[in-house]
Amino acid sequence: MNQPLFTQFLDLACGAFLLAAVMVLWFRELSAIVRVFALQGVALAGIGVLLGIRQHHWVLVGVAVGIGALRAGLLPYLMRRALERSGQQRESEPLVNVAASLLLAAVLTLLAYASAQPLVALEPGPAAEAIPVGFAVVLIGFFTLITRRRAVAQMVGFLLLDNGITAVALLATSGVPLILELGVSFDLLLAVLVLQLLALRIQAAFGGTDLDTMRELRD
Amino acid sequence: MSGFGVVALAAQLLLVVAGAPLLTGVMRQVRARMEGRAGAGVLQPWRDVRKLLRKEPITPAGSGPAFRTAPLVLVVTGLLVAALLPLAAVTTPAASHGDLIVVVALLALGTVTLALAGLDTGTAFGGMGASREMTIAALVEPTILLSVLALSIPAGSTGLATIVAGRIDEPARLASPSSLLALVALAVVTIAEAGRLPVDNPSTHLELTMVHEAMVLEYAGPDLALVEFGAQLRLTVLLGLLATLAVPWGIATTSSWPALLLALVLLAVKVTVLGAGLAAAEVFWAKVRLFRVPELLAGSFLLALLAVTASYFLSGA
Repeated sequence: MNQPLFTQFLDLACGAFLLAAVMVLWFRELSAIVRVFALQGVALAGIGVLLGIRQHHWVLVGVAVGIGALRAGLLPYLMRRALERSGQQRESEPLVNVAASLLLAAVLTLLAYASAQPLVALEPGPAAEAIPVGFAVVLIGFFTLITRRRAVAQMVGFLLLDNGITAVALLATSGVPLILELGVSFDLLLAVLVLQLLALRIQAAFGGTDLDTMRELRD
Repeated sequence: MSGFGVVALAAQLLLVVAGAPLLTGVMRQVRARMEGRAGAGVLQPWRDVRKLLRKEPITPAGSGPAFRTAPLVLVVTGLLVAALLPLAAVTTPAASHGDLIVVVALLALGTVTLALAGLDTGTAFGGMGASREMTIAALVEPTILLSVLALSIPAGSTGLATIVAGRIDEPARLASPSSLLALVALAVVTIAEAGRLPVDNPSTHLELTMVHEAMVLEYAGPDLALVEFGAQLRLTVLLGLLATLAVPWGIATTSSWPALLLALVLLAVKVTVLGAGLAAAEVFWAKVRLFRVPELLAGSFLLALLAVTASYFLSGA
């Protein structure tokens, strides 16, 4: 794959990655948010595959395919199941209204761009120059985690955060070693399973997963 | 300045003027067919114009010059924009002056004049429509300017002819994330600016929903024909701008007659396809609540801002 074509595809994948994070903030419907999150997983896997092909690093391609299977397949499936079981709550009900959170996402993106400049300056290249995208997704993930009320939306926020970290790792160092990536992935899977269970318990105990209305913890 | 440029400009203007009502006709027909109705036919908007032009012009008592001049200003700004865009050829004498910022300003002038006319009638509906229209316009304007900025960065100029010629020469620019985001943002604001469905429903007269219709409620006869034609012209011009920026192939960059002919045919096809697609999508969309419109427009503003930042932090953009 030659240089301009690689840059083009990498930029396209990074653009889709960032766009998916923004769409999570934009949509209200929880099932749409989960769909967008799956698309982001595809974009993330695309970034990994492109970097792997570029450097003839076939393990990285394998890791990227694994990342794709987990984040675009398994995790959205689990979340969709949690969503179906939890019944009628379809809206994400943000604490900050959608228009304001979109504008804040713009500010966060600019902040990520400004703060990643020293990193980019270390070794400029198409992959390094896309690092701010990863930072921006980390910040947007944090923001989603803080401002959404529904358990599923918060789960997506947490996973956005992790997607951003993975993207930064891929872009900065062409991915962490295979064994570490496997460990992270299993951690993530476990976290989602535990969160899913927790959400169902909350649902069963309080009749809703709106964490603001919880007053006490009981067993 | 050449004979070719003048002819190209005239042909482009003629096509837009003749095609604007036809485009609306096609869109209504598509909608009707998809809803299971027979529809009034593609030529109906032209028949409406003919009918309205025969009627007596009536202005409400107490309305001033703003009400009387607004339809003319609306149509004239639409025509000016149609002349400035390099829709058929980039070498027309007007296209070299076609700066995107001028185009945006002319469209805004039309919006403001119509809002003033709505206020001038002194009716409750007119004022309400004008205030809604200005709310939307205030949110649309920064988005258009930002997405224009994102498109003009790789070309190094805000001149439309330069941008379009650059995009034809380097097709790689078309698929860059910055350009895609800017185009999506532009598409959303186009729909808002033209008063189409998710933002404004052009075919209802319900006080809860209407924006554009509320402002033009008091017009009758030839004035109404001008206002309607102005709205159709705006829609055509905006879709033409979108088509020119998204799929610039076929626009004549040299002074050759067959290329111009091909460009005119392609222009008609592109705009018709875009319009029919929009009409088909409208069948499935519901109008969003007025309080949700800022959300939609804030989203498209964010896309435009991401487009600008992406062209800085992604090297190939």
